Amino acid sequence: MRRTPQPGFRWLCRVSAVAMIAVLPSARALAAEVPEPVLAAEQSRIEAIARGARAAVAIFAGEAGGGSGVLISPDGYALTNFHVVQPAGVAMKCGLSDGRIHDAILVGLDPTGDVALVKLVGRDDFPCAELTDSDLVEVGDFCFAAGNPFLLATDLKPSISVGIVSGVHRYQFPAGTILEYADCLQVDAAINPGNSGGGLFDARGRLIGVNGRASFEKRGRVNVGVGYAISANQLRNFLGFLKGGRLVDHATLGATVATDEDGRVVISDILESSDAYRRGLRYDDEIVSLAGRPVRTVNALKNMLGTLPAGWRVPVVFRRAGRRMEAVVRLAGLHRPTELAQIVAAEEAEPQGPKPDGAPPAPRPTPATLPEAVKGLYEARSGFTNHHFNVLERDRVAAGIAASAASAATAGVWVMSGRLDSGGAFRIELSDTRGVIDLPTGTSEVDATGELDADPGPPGSGGMLAALLLWRRLLLTGPAQLGRTSYWGTQPRDPAALGEFASPDLVDVLETAAAAVEARFAVAADGGVIGIELWPVPDADPCDVRLTPRPDGPPCLPAVIEVRHGDSRFGTFQIDEIRFEPAVPQPAGETS
Amino acid sequence: MTRGRWCGWSPWGPRAARIGAAMLVLMLESAAVVRAMAFSPGETIAAAARRVVKVYGAGGVRGLEAYQSGVLVSPAGHVVTVMSTVLDAEAIDCVLDDGRRYQATLRGIDPQRELALLEIEGEELPAFVIDEAAPLAVGSRIFALSNLFGVAVGDERVSVQQGVIAAFVPLAARRGAYEAPFQGDVYILDCTTNNPGSPGGALVDRQGRLVGILGKELRSATSGVWLNYALPAAEVATSYRQMAAGETIAPPPADAATAFDPLVLGVVLVPDLLDKTPPFVESVNAGSAAARAGLVPDDLLVAVSGRAVASRAAVRQALALVPEGDPVRVTVVRRGALVDCDLGPRPAGGRR
Repeated sequence: MRRTPQPGFRWLCRVSAVAMIAVLPSARALAAEVPEPVLAAEQSRIEAIARGARAAVAIFAGEAGGGSGVLISPDGYALTNFHVVQPAGVAMKCGLSDGRIHDAILVGLDPTGDVALVKLVGRDDFPCAELTDSDLVEVGDFCFAAGNPFLLATDLKPSISVGIVSGVHRYQFPAGTILEYADCLQVDAAINPGNSGGGLFDARGRLIGVNGRASFEKRGRVNVGVGYAISANQLRNFLGFLKGGRLVDHATLGATVATDEDGRVVISDILESSDAYRRGLRYDDEIVSLAGRPVRTVNALKNMLGTLPAGWRVPVVFRRAGRRMEAVVRLAGLHRPTELAQIVAAEEAEPQGPKPDGAPPAPRPTPATLPEAVKGLYEARSGFTNHHFNVLERDRVAAGIAASAASAATAGVWVMSGRLDSGGAFRIELSDTRGVIDLPTGTSEVDATGELDADPGPPGSGGMLAALLLWRRLLLTGPAQLGRTSYWGTQPRDPAALGEFASPDLVDVLETAAAAVEARFAVAADGGVIGIELWPVPDADPCDVRLTPRPDGPPCLPAVIEVRHGDSRFGTFQIDEIRFEPAVPQPAGETS
Repeated sequence: MTRGRWCGWSPWGPRAARIGAAMLVLMLESAAVVRAMAFSPGETIAAAARRVVKVYGAGGVRGLEAYQSGVLVSPAGHVVTVMSTVLDAEAIDCVLDDGRRYQATLRGIDPQRELALLEIEGEELPAFVIDEAAPLAVGSRIFALSNLFGVAVGDERVSVQQGVIAAFVPLAARRGAYEAPFQGDVYILDCTTNNPGSPGGALVDRQGRLVGILGKELRSATSGVWLNYALPAAEVATSYRQMAAGETIAPPPADAATAFDPLVLGVVLVPDLLDKTPPFVESVNAGSAAARAGLVPDDLLVAVSGRAVASRAAVRQALALVPEGDPVRVTVVRRGALVDCDLGPRPAGGRR
């Protein structure tokens, strides 16, 4: 929002006075002489509200009530609250401000964050709102909510309520065991039952949050000028997982924190099985920052953690005996997978959150009874909200990989040679039958036809050869043939840099279980695989392989391979040449 | 914004200003749009929020919140807040916008306006100038800053809401069955300030100047609806000067015969949480009549000037029955023995 200083406004007032005096005889003429900035500002607000209203969705869950949603893409993806769609089940009717009703299917659920993603069908040019950077929102900024309070929108036109941002980075304790609102926006725009799931917009009509909760308490279930919205930045962090049809979990550090008598936030308990412990955090360490956000209160830590998906790696700065230390820590899930499924099932029985009335939930539609329009768009699977969309996302990423690999990589034996950063030459050979690496310290070989967890060679790498063999197989055959492969979600391109930018640069991640190991592949938008994490043993440190393509080369072929395991760097491989040879096994030890 | 202000900016003398003012009505709507759209009051709000403190004390059970809001009114650390059960605590804490936490001393109470004065020992404290701003006209836009619902903790900023002065009328309100003591003019706000934790917060104008203090959670005496109101700055200023000067402010006479707050004598009783809370002494304010009489924490009051007292409420009633100026004599149980203490003449005030 443009900030005009006071003197400017006074000047404007003088201009208006002149304008008014000049046209005194005629009120009609006066209207025509309203100063340009006034008209422009009014027009800008009209347009912003119209944009927000067009993206607003009225969600109807039959007798169980309903709520609001907001469209975020032309192909019909819309965000709403978990507690809004929960009674509706997997299919629902959604009304837009143009008076049309569309069928929609449930795509992904984040029960902890109270977020759901649905997809409307019937158009490929839905009006939608742009998710903007909610960390730039300031207290006092103009905002408005567009939604369906008290389910008033029988003509499907949303109700608009305007207000200002009352607070930012607010933390709201979980209601019961779930529905935690972390780092949320607080507004005095009226948020009433039924507004849940609708968009909160800034003065330009951009989406800064999804309304979901209000402080009601002793005044009954109506607005008291205190509403809360899930921030756009949190939504963006989880969007990839939701699009992948997942049942998403939030993150925990694996440690609890408390404020000590000096006001420092210190670790009061830590799980020895956690990655935080493996990365060196200990009891009584002071947490200085997490994911780039300073931690001065316990709330600040909960705030930051609450916006992060389970499985992300985030930078943690901590202090012990005056010494400042840094680590990149992998966050664990807040719940066990079965626990999340149980929570969803329990919520079905007893839905929470603002509801226009206390009507009991209607019977949920089953896949067999789905409306014709969304019949092919649902597949139930344990651990997923809607597995159909996971396949779509996996295949989308696979198509990108295939397109990038088709031009540059061919079947046969891949031979990469060059020099190590630490000095000395190396040669890596990858084929259908084996993987071989020659290093100054010796030669290692892995049988590619068997299970890859047996020998995580070369020693000290945590499984570099296995990771590269799977990578080659992924490029040549695609994820469907690789093993049990699914779309995992998104993660920051560079976890260590998380927090330096308000919106992290996110890349797609595929997850695969093959040949007795588990692996994740980070895939850039150009289809190039830029990272591999391989776990020969679950819940231990993976082998972490980073691949950097040549700036002018094909995205699928690396110029540099960096390998890490735990806290140590195994090596950085500068690749001078990649050759594709016919599939004839060569004896190990020969260098090119 | 008032018409007068618009005139003040007119460079063409009073006549032109009058014409301008007449035409202003037609402009107000769109001018408000300009302000809302082009002027984000972030800096104004941030500056005002630094002068609002989060107050923590007794409560946390039976629907009584243990928190409220207060405003800094002097760089020396004077905080004006509302008189409430939150202050019925041995330790009252004030937390500033930057996270600084101070233990506050209760310096005075104003039973007429239900205000209290706290003092904190801080340095370089930002403070409002109480009567800097002119009274606001009905229709003026305002911001309300308070720690509603206790949502802000530590260095988190208090919440801000926007609204409009809806009326300036005498307060006719009640809390439960009791009539509110203050019946002077207050700002009625088109802004939901009637929330837990809001009382004691700041009402500021568009320039961030203090124009009032958000009132306690009260219902209208006639309709029963919850009132959103603020005590105007002029009343706050009068009250503050009297409390800061150590003057005893007499309670409104109507209710004087039914209850008298022992706090006036320096006795802090345990929080009143039950129908018949035993009147144990929680603490004794230093330098008070009670301290001079030798009352100590954990004393159990059993009689006040010859009347048996079985509960906190009974203490208040018994004290109210002691005529002003007559000696107050209490009997307490201390380590199994009955001890008499003479608290001196009963002062005026104390009603709450």
